[in-house]
Amino acid sequence: MRALRSIYLALFALYLIGPILVIAAVSFNAKKFLAFPPRGFSFRWYAEVFVANDWFTALKNSLFIAFASASLSVLIAMPVAYFAWRYGLRYAKALLALGVAPFILPPVIMALAFLLFFTGIGLNGLMINVIIAHAVFLLALPLVTISLGLESVDHALIEASQTMGASNAVVFRTVILPIAAPFAFAGFAFCFVLSLNEYIIALMTVGFSVETLPIKIFNALRYGYTPVIASIAVIFMVINIVIFALIARFSNLARILGAME
Amino acid sequence: MQSSALSRYIGLIPSSVMIGAFFVIPFVLILLTSVSTPTDDGGYATGFDLQHFERFLTWFYIERALFSAGLCALIAVLSLLIAYPFTYFLTTFPPRSQTFWLIYILAQLSLSEVLIAFSWQILLSRTAGVANILVWIGVIEKSFAMTPSAGAVVAALVYLTVPFSVLLLFPALSRLDKSLIEASRTLGASPLRTFFTVIIPVTRPAIISGGVTVFVLTLGAIIVPQVLGKPEHWTLSVLITDQAIFNFNMPFASALAVVLLVLSATVIWLVTKFSGKKT
Repeated sequence: MRALRSIYLALFALYLIGPILVIAAVSFNAKKFLAFPPRGFSFRWYAEVFVANDWFTALKNSLFIAFASASLSVLIAMPVAYFAWRYGLRYAKALLALGVAPFILPPVIMALAFLLFFTGIGLNGLMINVIIAHAVFLLALPLVTISLGLESVDHALIEASQTMGASNAVVFRTVILPIAAPFAFAGFAFCFVLSLNEYIIALMTVGFSVETLPIKIFNALRYGYTPVIASIAVIFMVINIVIFALIARFSNLARILGAME
Repeated sequence: MQSSALSRYIGLIPSSVMIGAFFVIPFVLILLTSVSTPTDDGGYATGFDLQHFERFLTWFYIERALFSAGLCALIAVLSLLIAYPFTYFLTTFPPRSQTFWLIYILAQLSLSEVLIAFSWQILLSRTAGVANILVWIGVIEKSFAMTPSAGAVVAALVYLTVPFSVLLLFPALSRLDKSLIEASRTLGASPLRTFFTVIIPVTRPAIISGGVTVFVLTLGAIIVPQVLGKPEHWTLSVLITDQAIFNFNMPFASALAVVLLVLSATVIWLVTKFSGKKT
């Protein structure tokens, strides 16, 4: 029984991590073609991401879009989650349900919707389009994490501070915000990572004017392979791991993912 | 009091505008475009014309829809089968390694579908793929490319969805009352019997909702079927992209999107209804 468990766990880990390890190995290849086992060892494909102008521009675009859309998403989500939780407003609750919807639909539906919308109003291909599109598409993440954080605020604490004469603004700043902030950060981080990796919405909103990394990679795939893509896969994996490790460090990852305290 | 009630709604105005303008309106646009009428200059205008849905009702597109549904169902089943035991073991790990695994799984889950398709293309390629390992240990004589093929699409889609399955099963399994397991073991059931007669039935709602979510998620996959499969492995999402980006046929792309929407909604509705009756 124990042996079976170990074999299964080993196979599972191999299936999950194996492909990433192969890509990592390929990315350190010294030669221009892809080979595994790798021939030689070099960092040149990592340097290429930062030296080659087109790759570096795509990286900068992606990072900027991810940062801006995650910030916007948290700003939209914060009042909705707050008013739904604090006053149980039916309107805020309806807004919350509506805000979660885009994330549940297959992304191509929202991508097409944004494409129709932005061409319809005659503003095609601006970087702000993809920032707004990602913020709305990923809105579910800060909505859910912030709501979770607010649920852990003790209502007695609020009553106590109000009895002592604190105004709503003071209660928000001194009681609610410190407890909810780590969860808002988690929502921001989730948004950031998913925006960074998102392809189809970026393609349909700004695909022909602003190149993000996933778009650039997909375009590059059509003209054959370059080990640069492998090094980007490794860089992205590292960014993802660092950000989720930060969430785990500053917020309660197991709780956000639905485990009991 | 009156003014503070008002201020609550004022506080919601910016968010309402954002959600209304950038979710509700674009969404309604898809519905309108799917029934629009073509104009003489090759564009389209508001109207009520079902010709794009009629075009869908040809065997080619119906077959594509059925294929998509079948493929997604297969992926959902495989993905849950692979992920379930792991998630169960994960909840028994010490907190530190549990966090480590959760971080890794989140990182892989977030990895762009483009990069996952690329990884699997490398993994299954002639020059750098697993075939070389088979040559090396002497199973086969010459390396060969394993893409494009249905097997490659399935392997990569399962890979894409396993992290989601783990996270979807994780809450139910980690909240599972461990005394149930102890009781079953004390009464003499083997670990396997406990697994099948106690743990699985208790977590059935999570298995069903997880399966639905993975199904809908796989419906949304665009790059894997394109890069690792032949055109006969393309799903509805790929066809929608193809119509919108390369054929500039927005009305037909919208009609296909409505079909995709109805398909996802039907599956969600059927399964919640079906599972609601039994529990």
